[in-house]
Parts: sequence; structure tokens; C-alpha cells
Amino acid sequence: MTSPGIAVSVDRVVKRYGSVTALHGVSLDIRENEFFTLLGPSGCGKTTLLRAIAGFEDVTEGHIRLKGKDLVDQPPFKRPVNTVFQQYALFPHMSVTENVMFGLLRKGWNRQEAERRVRDVLELVQLSDFAARKPGQLSGGQQQRVALARALAPRPEVLLLDEPLSALDLKLRQAVRMELKAIQRETGIAFIFVTHDQEEALTMSDRIAVMSSGHVQQVGPPREIYEAPINRFVADFIGETNLLDVTVESVNNGMAKVLLPGNRSFECPAAAVDARGPGHLSVRPERISICAEAAGDLIATVTGHTYLGTDNQLHVKLVDGEVMSIRLQNTESTLLPKAGDVIGLNLEADAARLLAD
Amino acid sequence: MAGSTNLRRFPGFLAVTIACLFVLYAPLIVVAVYSFNASTSITNWGGVSLTWYLDVFTGPEAPKFQQAALNSLIIAVCASVIATIVATLAAVAMTRAGGFRGKTLSFALINLPLMVPEVVTAVASLVFFSAIGFTTGLTTILIAHTVFCIPFAYLPISARMQSIPDMYEQAAMDLYATPREAFKLVLLPLMTPGILSGFLLAFIISLDDFLITNFVKGAGIETLPTAIFGSVKQGIKPNIMAISTLMLVVSVVFVSLSWLVGRMGQEKT
Repeated sequence: MTSPGIAVSVDRVVKRYGSVTALHGVSLDIRENEFFTLLGPSGCGKTTLLRAIAGFEDVTEGHIRLKGKDLVDQPPFKRPVNTVFQQYALFPHMSVTENVMFGLLRKGWNRQEAERRVRDVLELVQLSDFAARKPGQLSGGQQQRVALARALAPRPEVLLLDEPLSALDLKLRQAVRMELKAIQRETGIAFIFVTHDQEEALTMSDRIAVMSSGHVQQVGPPREIYEAPINRFVADFIGETNLLDVTVESVNNGMAKVLLPGNRSFECPAAAVDARGPGHLSVRPERISICAEAAGDLIATVTGHTYLGTDNQLHVKLVDGEVMSIRLQNTESTLLPKAGDVIGLNLEADAARLLAD
Repeated sequence: MAGSTNLRRFPGFLAVTIACLFVLYAPLIVVAVYSFNASTSITNWGGVSLTWYLDVFTGPEAPKFQQAALNSLIIAVCASVIATIVATLAAVAMTRAGGFRGKTLSFALINLPLMVPEVVTAVASLVFFSAIGFTTGLTTILIAHTVFCIPFAYLPISARMQSIPDMYEQAAMDLYATPREAFKLVLLPLMTPGILSGFLLAFIISLDDFLITNFVKGAGIETLPTAIFGSVKQGIKPNIMAISTLMLVVSVVFVSLSWLVGRMGQEKT
């Protein structure tokens, strides 16, 4: 069952804890050289799946294959994958060097080669000067890089990262994102990265799997996930969106004709919807522009606005009472409508999307 | 601190404090002070001298006390080593094996010696040893001591274990360590402060024990506490005060060490 180019193949994996099912038959293929992200809210099963790949959780049903070899019956210490833990789990009684060397020595490397490898990896994460320190003497960001070095040192076939940035502060987190991505490119191994932070997922990943309640909702590159969500959950979880109740008139070749609130008709791409009747239209707040009342796809009454620095967020109410938000870039020429104004809204047709429930 | 209760404002705080301190420590101070008495009387002060300390090591009763001290030491070392090993294994099982059948029962069993009145344990041990015809002095004391030392060794070790998250062992196994290597290279070093602390506590508990020892010891075999008691029965002499003071010092040193070692470990992680 070897498929070329596939690093890890998750095959109909089910995980049950007593009566609770954490994973409902999840199937995923993670490619070689890929930065793959498992994204979802807490409790969606993403960490359980990562721990199942590492070997810390038994799977109830299904298979996990690494380059074609079934891992399911292998204990964690026999799986050629390494993990960067959320709390780093650096051994507090060992120096940075000893921590990084740990996996190499257990794997049977001789000391000289192990020492050379440790030096190389510490250089990769820019920690050569801290080799003799104990983890307790390092900052959070440095500890995070030691954890990364320790997991990379034994040259795993796949690197697993369990929300490794969540313990860092915002500024550092943004810097480390770029660094992580660069290290992934440099090492050329597949990274499987777990996060609940959609911005992290969008900026670093080659592909993202969006999960919720033990199911994979959608797998795809960041742009596809953001711009072409296949259902309400994905559209709502990734970024901000307006979900409008519309009436579907027809769907042809992935293009839908719908009736907007206020009864103007509108054409846009549809995601796996073929029924006529009620539907949901997702429109990102930044893909809506304002115009004169008569020229708009929608007519709305302004209820207020929020200043966000780079943007202004306009809050409006439609004729049927639905509330929407619109992002207008904060430029000098932006003339904000005042509360109570009646305005027209234009939706960018290719950025709006009709969604299944 | 705002919001915390100021104990000093409680009526009678000072009186109760002084009374407690007096009852607890006045006898110890009297013993310690009179151990330096030059006179043979235990009530009249005859000036400062180290006569009675000299008497402990060279006087007529010296051989008896030396033999007793040696017995005490042998028993304390052996009993606390065995108890610490058993307690370490028990702590690993209780904190790492997840929920198993009879876990609560095991916990109660480990700690039972703390709850059963000591004299009951003493009588039970005596009855048991004579029932099976096992009356060889030191060994019976050693077995009895090992048993009641286990909970004392267990408590600091298990407290330490509970503060070590299992992510360290997982990280070790993720890095190709077998469960045995993960235990030896990661868990055991992290547990060490707790183990040392448990060992020291068990050691001092064994060294101090009188009641159970007195019941199960064979004829002619004395430990330091039983020897002191035997000597006191023939009248209190100042050399007893000197011995008691020496034991007090040893106890305080060991208990302080146990506490310090335990605290040191907590600061490290």
C-alpha cells in the first residue's frame, strides 16, 4: 500500500474513549515535504489524532501508515516520528546539549556523530551559545527552539508539533512562525502542526485540514480553505464571514442563482449544493463595497461602526433584520456612512459562496 | 496582606502560643541544659561540664550504649533502604498505572501503619512472630521497622511524583527510549529529591522507635531507645540526658535535611 509522495496516511481512524468518540473515521494523506496543519476548536480531535500518530493513543479502528508501513502496533519509541510538545517537556535535569542528544543516543548513534549532529541542529535554531544551559535558565522562546532542535535531531521521517507556539507571547509567536516555516523548507521533512489559531494555520501551512467534533470538514491549501469553504462550519471558523439566508433558484456547473434578502437576484459559485430552496450565502466582510442605495445588491441601514486601526468595521442591518459587518480600509478618502443612513451594498460575485448546511 | 486574618488580634493569642511552646520545648531544653551539668544530681546545678558526654563514650555503661547504637544504626539503615525501595515502586504504581482495581484499597494499605495505634501493631507483631516461632532479635525488629517505615517513605515520594507531569516520560519514549530507559534516565532523576527525603524520614522514624521495638526485640538485644529506657528504670543519671541530647541533634539534622532536600527538588522544576 505504498503511494509515492505520501508521508503519512491516516486511514479511517476511529478513536473511542468509552462512550465518547473522539475521531469518527478520519482519513487524511499527508505528503512528503509538506507543512500540514490540523486546525480546529478545542475538543475537535486534532490533538488526539496527533497523539495517535506519535503512538501515545491507541486507535480503536483504522490504520496509520508511515511511508506505507503500518504504525498502529508499534510503541512510540519504535516510530520514526518526533514530537514538539505543547509545554515542550524538556528534561529539566539535563543541559540543552543533553536534551538534544537524548534521542540520538537512544537510537544508537555513536557519541562523536551525535555531538556533531547536536552542534548542527543547535546552529539551525540559533542556540549554539546556550548549549550548556539547563532548560530552567532559558526564556520561553529559547525553550521552544530547544524542543524543536531535540525533535529534529534524530532526523524523524515526520515532525509532529502540538500547538508549540501557544505558550509564547504574540510578537514572538509571529517571528517564530516564519522561522518554523523556513526550518521546514530547509529540512525538507513533513511537519504535522496542530493549532486552534487560524492565522497561524493560514500563514504557515501548505495544506490545512479543518476539523470539528472528530470529523475532517475540509482539506486544502490556505487560500482554498479561506476563499472556498465547503460548509458553514469552515466558513465561520476560518476568519470572519457574513452568513446570509437566501433562496436558491438554480444551481448549474457550480454556479448558483439565488434570491438575496430584498429580492434582488445574484449569481455566485456554489459549494456542493444542488437543491433549490433555502440556502446560506457566505460573504467575507472585506469583499463587500458600499454604493448608492439603488445600485446595491442589498439595501441596508447603518447601525454603527468600530474603529480597528487599519480598517473600519461597519455594522448594518438588512431589510429582513439580518445583521452584517463590512470592512472598509482606513484610507483618507474613506467617507464613513453615519448610523441611520440607508446604503446599498455590492457583493463581489466570485468571493461570495453558497454553502451547504 | 489585605484580607488575610491578623492572628495577633485574636484574644489570648499570646498566652496560648507561649503555653504551647512551653509544653513542647521546656522539657527538651531542661534535658539539653542538664546534660552539661557537672553535678551527679539531676536537679541541682553544679556548673558547666562535658563530664556526662565523656561518660557516654567511656563510662561503665559505654559498651552497652555503643552496642545499642550500632544495632539502631544497622536497623535504621536496612529498614529505611528497603522501605524506600518498596515506597518508590508503590508511588510509581499509584501515580503512573492509571486507575486499576483496588487502587483505593492499595492506598489505604500503604498508609495503614499511620492509622493503626502503634501498640496494636506492636502486640500483633509480637503475637505473629511467636506464632510462627520466629524470635531472632535483630531480624524481627528489622521486619517490623521496615513495615512501619513504608508510609513515611511513601508520602514525600508520592507527593514528588504527583508534581512530575507524565509528558517527560512521553517525550523520552518519543525520543526512542524504551519504557525502562525512560524510567531510569528521566523519571528516576526527577524523583530523586522525593526519594531522598522519604529515605531520611524513614531513617529517623526507625532510629526513634521504642514501642514496637520493645515488643518484638529478642532477649538481650537492645536498640538505643530501649537501652535508654532500661537504664532509666534503674534511676535517671545525667548520662541519659547527654545521650538524649545527642539523639535529639541527630533527629533535628535528619528531619531538616529531609525537608531541605524535598524543597530543593521543588524549586528545580
